[in-house]
Amino acid sequence: MSEHPDLQPGDQPVVLARGLRKVYGDFVAVDSIDFQVRPGESFGLLGPNGAGKSTTMRMIGGTLGRSGGELSVLGLDPQQRGPQVRAHLGVVPQSDNLDEELKVRENLLVYGRYFGLPTSWLRPKVADLLAFAQLTGKSEEKVRNLSGGMKRRLTIARGLINEPGILLLDEPTTGLDPQARHILWDRLFRLKEQGVTLIVTTHFMDEAEQLCDRLIVVDHGRIMAEGSPAELIRQYCSREVLELRFGSSRNEEAVAALHDVGQRREVLPDRILIYAESGDAAMAEITSRGLQPATSLVRRTSLEDVFLTLTGRSLID
Amino acid sequence: MTTHIHDAGSAITQRGTPLRPDQMSARMARRGIWQVARWQLLSMRSWMWSLVVESIGQPLLYMVAMGIGLGTLISANGRTIDGVSYLIFVAPAIMVLTATMSAANEFSYPVMQGFRWTRLYQGPAATPVTPAQIALGHHLAVMIRFLGQAVVFWLIMLAFGAAPGTWSWLCVPITMLSASAFGALLQGYAAGLDSEGEEFNFVLRFVVIPLVLFSGTYFPLSAMPVYLQWIGWISPIWHGTQLARDVSYGAGEPGWLIGLHLVVLIGLSGTGMIWACRNYTRKLLQ
Repeated sequence: MSEHPDLQPGDQPVVLARGLRKVYGDFVAVDSIDFQVRPGESFGLLGPNGAGKSTTMRMIGGTLGRSGGELSVLGLDPQQRGPQVRAHLGVVPQSDNLDEELKVRENLLVYGRYFGLPTSWLRPKVADLLAFAQLTGKSEEKVRNLSGGMKRRLTIARGLINEPGILLLDEPTTGLDPQARHILWDRLFRLKEQGVTLIVTTHFMDEAEQLCDRLIVVDHGRIMAEGSPAELIRQYCSREVLELRFGSSRNEEAVAALHDVGQRREVLPDRILIYAESGDAAMAEITSRGLQPATSLVRRTSLEDVFLTLTGRSLID
Repeated sequence: MTTHIHDAGSAITQRGTPLRPDQMSARMARRGIWQVARWQLLSMRSWMWSLVVESIGQPLLYMVAMGIGLGTLISANGRTIDGVSYLIFVAPAIMVLTATMSAANEFSYPVMQGFRWTRLYQGPAATPVTPAQIALGHHLAVMIRFLGQAVVFWLIMLAFGAAPGTWSWLCVPITMLSASAFGALLQGYAAGLDSEGEEFNFVLRFVVIPLVLFSGTYFPLSAMPVYLQWIGWISPIWHGTQLARDVSYGAGEPGWLIGLHLVVLIGLSGTGMIWACRNYTRKLLQ
């Protein structure tokens, strides 16, 4: 038995990609990337739209073939053994593809049957998932009549119907309001505590910081950096950042006078960012030079700053 | 100083699935087609009333129009076609025709929609179900629906005295086979389209409509000029229609021709399904 589908020794990575590549004609969507996902961890792919995150996710789920490199999920090649791999996965696609003509409850039941699960087992499971998605009262409603946020929550619940060992979440909280996002992060954290491996793509740095133990920063199909959120921030950024606004016409002349303040400076269309170990000390230096910004703010550096440092662009353009 | 403790609500209970993942995929290798068909049938339920009205109303209207209307005119002075009244001649053909026309509807835009607009096929594609199973499951669901419609049609034919033969009930499987042959080819074609489906209008106008008009439904193929008769020979509608006439009133075709009708219909249906499975696989696992 060299290839038992359930073979999953503790030290084996759940997902292993080496030189993974996807090309569409002349366009290289994923450019020879390497990464590993360990069992039980929450792994993130952070990058702007079009960075190749969803393409990578679809290759993991075996619904997209790769153009080159190696990929294995639980030791199986998703391209060769798609059904076996997908039995382990819960997939939450970027855009909801629920059957709008069916009732909320029916969408979950139908999906559960695609995993061969019997209706007698699915009935209580569907009730659990509806409670999880805060849709219990909408059980008999047609999906067509739900709000965007409700549909998103239902899609996420649907991805859990087979109690997957690996949950693939492609931009999970897009379209959710802030409160619903925090509730979802909490629920996903509890799933992780139960041993479920999470693989998340996001272009929201707060989501990556909240949700991911470890992440890769991707841009133009390449991995720019890898590590835990804290490691990445420590490695690529100073501890604090000072945000200054002089008014859009005065930003450029101000930056000329600030060229030696802090470790590094970024001039954005609306503000200047000054990276420094102490934002307050940098601010004191600026004031001593007689400059008077309209507003100033000192904050801790975040993954957004890491991305800006690595690529010179912000995550959300 | 106050401390608020926010209730996080219900977490997810892991109940433990009755099947291991490898058992799930093994089970779906056997039952995938049926589960996709069940989903499609459940979706049809939301417009079931219009289906019921259509499947009863359509044959009734045809029987009245062809039997009492056109049939009275043609059969005046005791004239017959193929040795029977016009109603008996045309009824099995209409049965095949309406089912193949329905198949054209079911396997055109709904198929493209599954890949593109609503992307409904991508739901099962992310599970152990394979793209080929999605293709065949959709096909099976439509055939199950046609079974019901064909039985109703046959019963209405009986009520109008339009199906005199002992074997006329065989019109039901013949109708389904004809619809499958026609539908599977369209399903394969629709699944292969990468566009927004503009060429589909062309296919409907210049392929489907001529097949409908020149497949010997309202008049025998032999009544047409020879240079148009080939359309019937390549048309699943004509082959199905002739078979239905053979069993409905005993049209008396030679055995080799009956065999040919069957071979053509089974061949087209099989070819269409293989084509559909390949295109579904290309689209969903490209």
